[in-house]
Amino acid sequence: MKKVYDCEIIKHKEIAPCIFMMEVLSEEIVCSALAGQFVSIYLNKGEMLLPRPISICDIDKDKGTLKLIYGVVGKGTAELAAFKTGEVLKVLGPVGNGFKIEDTIKKHIVIGGGIGTPPLIELVKQLKGKVEVFLGFAKDSILEERFKELGATVYVATEDGSMGIKGNVIDLLEQINPDGDMIYSCGPKGMLRAVDLWGREKGIKTQVSLEERMACGIGACVGCTCKTKKKNEEDWQNRRVCKDGPVFWGEEVVW
Amino acid sequence: MKKVNMKINIAGVELENPVMTASGTFGSGKEYGEYIDLSELGAVVVKGVASTPWKGNPSPRIAETYGGMLNSVGLQNPGIKEFIKEDIPFLKQYDTKIIVNIAGRTVEEYCEVVEALGDTDIDLLELNISCPNVKEGGVCFGTDPFMVEEVTKEVKKVAKQPLIVKLTPNVTDIVPIAKAAVKGGADALSLINTLLGMKIDIHRRKPVLANRMGGFSGPAIKPVAVRMVHQVAEAVDVPIIGMGGIMTGEDAIEFILAGATGVAVGTANFADPTATIKVIEGIENYLLEYGFENIEELRGNLLG
Ligand SMILES: Cc1cc2nc3c(=O)[nH]c(=O)nc-3n(C[C@H](O)[C@H](O)[C@H](O)COP(=O)(O)OP(=O)(O)OC[C@H]3O[C@@H](n4cnc5c(N)ncnc54)[C@H](O)[C@@H]3O)c2cc1C
Ligand SMILES: Cc1cc2nc3c(=O)[nH]c(=O)nc-3n(C[C@H](O)[C@H](O)[C@H](O)COP(=O)(O)O)c2cc1C
Ligand code: FES
Repeated sequence: MKKVYDCEIIKHKEIAPCIFMMEVLSEEIVCSALAGQFVSIYLNKGEMLLPRPISICDIDKDKGTLKLIYGVVGKGTAELAAFKTGEVLKVLGPVGNGFKIEDTIKKHIVIGGGIGTPPLIELVKQLKGKVEVFLGFAKDSILEERFKELGATVYVATEDGSMGIKGNVIDLLEQINPDGDMIYSCGPKGMLRAVDLWGREKGIKTQVSLEERMACGIGACVGCTCKTKKKNEEDWQNRRVCKDGPVFWGEEVVW
Repeated sequence: MKKVNMKINIAGVELENPVMTASGTFGSGKEYGEYIDLSELGAVVVKGVASTPWKGNPSPRIAETYGGMLNSVGLQNPGIKEFIKEDIPFLKQYDTKIIVNIAGRTVEEYCEVVEALGDTDIDLLELNISCPNVKEGGVCFGTDPFMVEEVTKEVKKVAKQPLIVKLTPNVTDIVPIAKAAVKGGADALSLINTLLGMKIDIHRRKPVLANRMGGFSGPAIKPVAVRMVHQVAEAVDVPIIGMGGIMTGEDAIEFILAGATGVAVGTANFADPTATIKVIEGIENYLLEYGFENIEELRGNLLG
């Protein structure tokens, strides 16, 4: 039986203003976790019933730990930020379908926006061949060094121009004009849509990791759907981000 | 340890215990079946199913509120054909009862689903005339006593299994509605469905749900639900399945004391996938603690 695990917090620190890195111990989750999957965190506050979905950022099979990186944007993530090292967190996972990684593909284009960047770390760890990473942030960049450590070439854009070029990730892509066989992307929906369009123009297959508001987080309530095309049909259907995604082919999504 | 008798009877169908799942929160059990043993449940009440596939409402469909949540799923479902092919055989592997929640836009559509289920091995039907999320999803039936009686009567004519009618709380007085359903032939009643609610994102100055409004559920609605179960239990003689904010065994006991025969757990599943099992254990513990041997002794047993 699957279950909600009690996971000890091994490390917890603020890595940028209002952005936290949390490392939790859970051999059960780690042993089957894949890049692009997420976990659901259950808070201990009665008035906040729903679990918070957070992507798996970095998997350490040897230590049996997972790294999660999250932004404090509301009550739940503020509550999460108050947890201390050594405390125990209730975590369910891994959930969903991660990125499709094919060994035949040699040139990878990885595109992250803001707090959508973390799950791309585990992805880049597993990609073989040439990896170029394009990151867009409002102001502070995160994880740039970690991508470099993993051997990727990293390009950064910030909206205020404080790091890298001034502009967004699409400006960056147009400037660098990279060449690749597969695009992997996670970030705000507007960005993903633009990335999908860019990929289409270049004729590169694109995977996008979507977000939606969730309730059950395991596929039972159909609360978290996104509109997708049906195969070989004009028609569309609503599919569950938590169970059928969060990673979809860009071409499937009705934006 | 002394054993307590948790068995209940709804319209001739015996359930091992009074705890079921609230429709729409549990799918057809496949996903939660990976976290709990479905055979431990009194019954699985499946998500609303219609005569043809429904796409449901646009996203966002979920908004958390203080002690509860809003949903505007809008009865997305794969249609009765797919349901009979996929979900009934799945549930049949377990030693539990199957209750099918019926959705429809018209009386004909309700009847079509009920007829299609006639030859299947399910235990009870639950007629949803109370979904606030689709204009045609029943709430226009569920708020008018005359319509409630008519639709219940028509569905009852074609129903091969006993019929539960699920009531909406979005009415001025639930008693005439409950009586109308019983007059139409309902073998049991379930209540409450969600309360119509709304949440506004003040930073964007927009409703959080794409559909603007949605169904309010969870522990925050429990006092309203307990009150309505109590009112209906005083007014009708058919068994009642009580729901609305049940998180623990103690919550379920409140409903049983208010007059419910069975109870359903909905939103609590989202907060804890094992919530149903904990509710069963909680009820058992209460019975033991207060020296009841049979759950039936507790129903409506309010002192004063
Ligand atoms: C698959 C998936 C992976 C995610 N991974 C990460 C990650 O790695 N790092 C990170 O910082 N954030 C991530 N998010 C977003 C994160 O879940 C939300 O920021 C968080 O739930 C906000 O909770 P809150 O209580 O602080 O905010 P509030 O706004 O107070 O939350 C209220 C409700 O809205 C929901 N909600 C709010 N914002 C979002 C959102 N953007 N997406 C989905 N639900 C939302 C909450 O879950 C909660 O139910 C992910 C979301 C999804 C769906
Ligand atoms: C996400 C969600 C979907 C629901 N879908 C249905 C449905 O399809 N049919 C129905 O009769 N009730 C539906 N309901 C209502 C529940 O079955 C239940 O009556 C209500 O949520 C109150 O119980 P709770 O507070 O324990 O959740 C739904 C509720 C939720 C939260
Ligand atoms: S959150 Fe319930 S189906 Fe995705």
